[in-house]
Amino acid sequence: MTTHPTTPAETVRHRGHSTVPRSAAMLIMGVCTVYFLLPLWWLFVGATKNREQFTGTSPLWFADFHLADNIRELIAYRDGVFLRWTLNSVVYTGGAALLGTLLAAMCGYALAKYRFPGRELIFNVVLSGVLVPATALALPLFLIFSQVQATNTFWAVFLPSLVNPFGVYLARVYATAGVPDGLLEAARIDGSGEIRTFFTISARLMSPALVTIFLFHFVAVWNNFLLPLIMLSDERLFPVTLGLYSWNTQIAQVPELRGMVIVGSLISIAPLAVAFLLLQRFWRTGISTGAVK
Amino acid sequence: MSALLRTIGVLLTSAVAVTACSTPDAAPGGTASACAPSGGGPVTLTFTSWIPGVEQVVQAWNAKNPDIQVKVQTGPNGNGGTYQNFFNQLKAGNAPDLGQIEYDALPGFRVQDGLFDLAACDIVAQAKDQFVPWTWDQVSLGDAKAAYGVPQDTGPMALFYRADLFEKNGIAIPATWQEYAAAAEKVKAAGGYITNFSQSDVNQFAGLAWQAGGRWFGNDGQKWTVSLADEKTTKVAQYWQDLIDRKLVSSVPPWTTEWDNAYNTDQAWTWVSAVWGANSIASGAPKTAGKWRVAPMPQWSSGEAVAGNWGGSSTAVFKGSKHPYEAAKFALWLNTSEEALTLLNQKANLYPATKAGANLPALATGVAFYGDQKIYEIFAKASAQVPAGFTWGPAMTATYANASDGFKAAVSGKGTLVDALTGAQTFTVQTLKNQAIPVA
Repeated sequence: MTTHPTTPAETVRHRGHSTVPRSAAMLIMGVCTVYFLLPLWWLFVGATKNREQFTGTSPLWFADFHLADNIRELIAYRDGVFLRWTLNSVVYTGGAALLGTLLAAMCGYALAKYRFPGRELIFNVVLSGVLVPATALALPLFLIFSQVQATNTFWAVFLPSLVNPFGVYLARVYATAGVPDGLLEAARIDGSGEIRTFFTISARLMSPALVTIFLFHFVAVWNNFLLPLIMLSDERLFPVTLGLYSWNTQIAQVPELRGMVIVGSLISIAPLAVAFLLLQRFWRTGISTGAVK
Repeated sequence: MSALLRTIGVLLTSAVAVTACSTPDAAPGGTASACAPSGGGPVTLTFTSWIPGVEQVVQAWNAKNPDIQVKVQTGPNGNGGTYQNFFNQLKAGNAPDLGQIEYDALPGFRVQDGLFDLAACDIVAQAKDQFVPWTWDQVSLGDAKAAYGVPQDTGPMALFYRADLFEKNGIAIPATWQEYAAAAEKVKAAGGYITNFSQSDVNQFAGLAWQAGGRWFGNDGQKWTVSLADEKTTKVAQYWQDLIDRKLVSSVPPWTTEWDNAYNTDQAWTWVSAVWGANSIASGAPKTAGKWRVAPMPQWSSGEAVAGNWGGSSTAVFKGSKHPYEAAKFALWLNTSEEALTLLNQKANLYPATKAGANLPALATGVAFYGDQKIYEIFAKASAQVPAGFTWGPAMTATYANASDGFKAAVSGKGTLVDALTGAQTFTVQTLKNQAIPVA
């Protein structure tokens, strides 16, 4: 049985070839992991300390564990305004991501599956919207909302957050590839209306793309800080990012706030983590389903 | 074809953005410069402020003034976004009636014509004498007949020092800056730093220059003068440069935990700071409770009694407010009544700008963190000793940023503090010219 073309020496060399890059890769990944997780670790450790220990003890290891006290203090501060902010964030972000995903899906689907004059023009306008950063639009939006006296309202943040040109693009690309025309025709022949077809057939076929759009949108709205900063002056309407930022700017005046900002930041990343962990499963199955086909 | 369409698409979107930017040039309503009570009916005012707990102060006003109800809006501090919001709102014509503006930001709003001149309100003109004179300079901005806000709080400066460490090492409390430099050597020999030089917060340096007689800006009603590197300021810069060169001061970035830690662990022995600094040390360095005391600021010539000022803000009424008289009335109550001043002091450690404010019962008691010393007596004297006539420039954010970069470089051995100031001088003049602000 010596027909095998590789000699032992070659095998060794081959193995040596692949182990060096592999350990190097592991090393780089390990360093990156530590680098990315270190701030989170710092945040968690910091959130468990009381004010005295925060400056006095090592920033990367625990002192007495005060996390529960700190959270209680944070929630009680100023009649629970922090909870209100968190709720606002969930409503702005969850609402905008759900509705925004639906709009993007319908829009992308229509652009992919219906032929009508101006289709490409509309698509290109949407596509050029991807290139305009949200930051650049915040001030024009403020001036527009000022004209209709709608600044400092829930809608001033919610309505602009619904728009997601990248989602439209993604939905169109996915619908073109993932929703067969034949299936739609069959549905039409069976007497299904267009809207019913969209929700019962197309939307399901597009679901992996929709999860991706939802997640991207969720993160984008959650992190969109400038728009609420410019639009809102009523503290009761703030999302948690803006609220914590306001506190952070007042630390020089009210040093107690430093601890609140740290605990608040820790809590405020929880919804993002939850959204990712819950949706990751759908996302992964979606991607692999596509890959096997 | 599709490339053409794509171009059109891009053009369309950008056109939308451009028109959106350029639309509202409409003048804000109510341009009347008169200040008279608006007849008939209750009035609602909006007031934007980031003072922690200001809602409770306003509630006290609302309970007693059913005809002038004030609605508080809050957000990040001025430079953290609220000033930019004010500018946007002024442009869109929906600025609040009243806003909190720090003294060093007030000229910026003045040159943009965003402020209502409260001197037109007889109640404000009459209240002028209730304020410590130099605070009025901060709101009249070089025009004795004007008042672009009501002074709110101030930051008279003094010397915080570790009484225990000075005593243990037999070092006398410095009364002059010469003695301070001499003490710095002894402190260094004892293993500490006399203080931390604030490399990225130019405001403290401004307070030191103010004490020495530096005058950074002037305005004769026509043109601005800029003199960031005048003789007195240069003297102060050279003094600190010498301490930096001899490594007698540390240079930890201010307002960080590292900085707190330097005070908490006996590495920094003094801090020349404003009245609100009392709270910063107490919370940043809890281990040192009871060991700090406050003395007057060191002087440039012995026997003098001059103090600097660091910080402070005013309550301004924006142009476009439909009820300037009522707004002025509220602003005066907020900043002169004993009730409001006491609340502001309790909630946010604000130190009043009025003469009578120095005698608030809340400021007459000893403070436990300072070994029950009645520290506010020192600050009351300091407040009266701040020189009049210091004016801020109309683009302080830019000036600070540039000077701060220079300071950081000087601290790390590249250039000197004097270089930083001359650089900031040139930069500021250029910035003002770019903004079409006349410079002499």
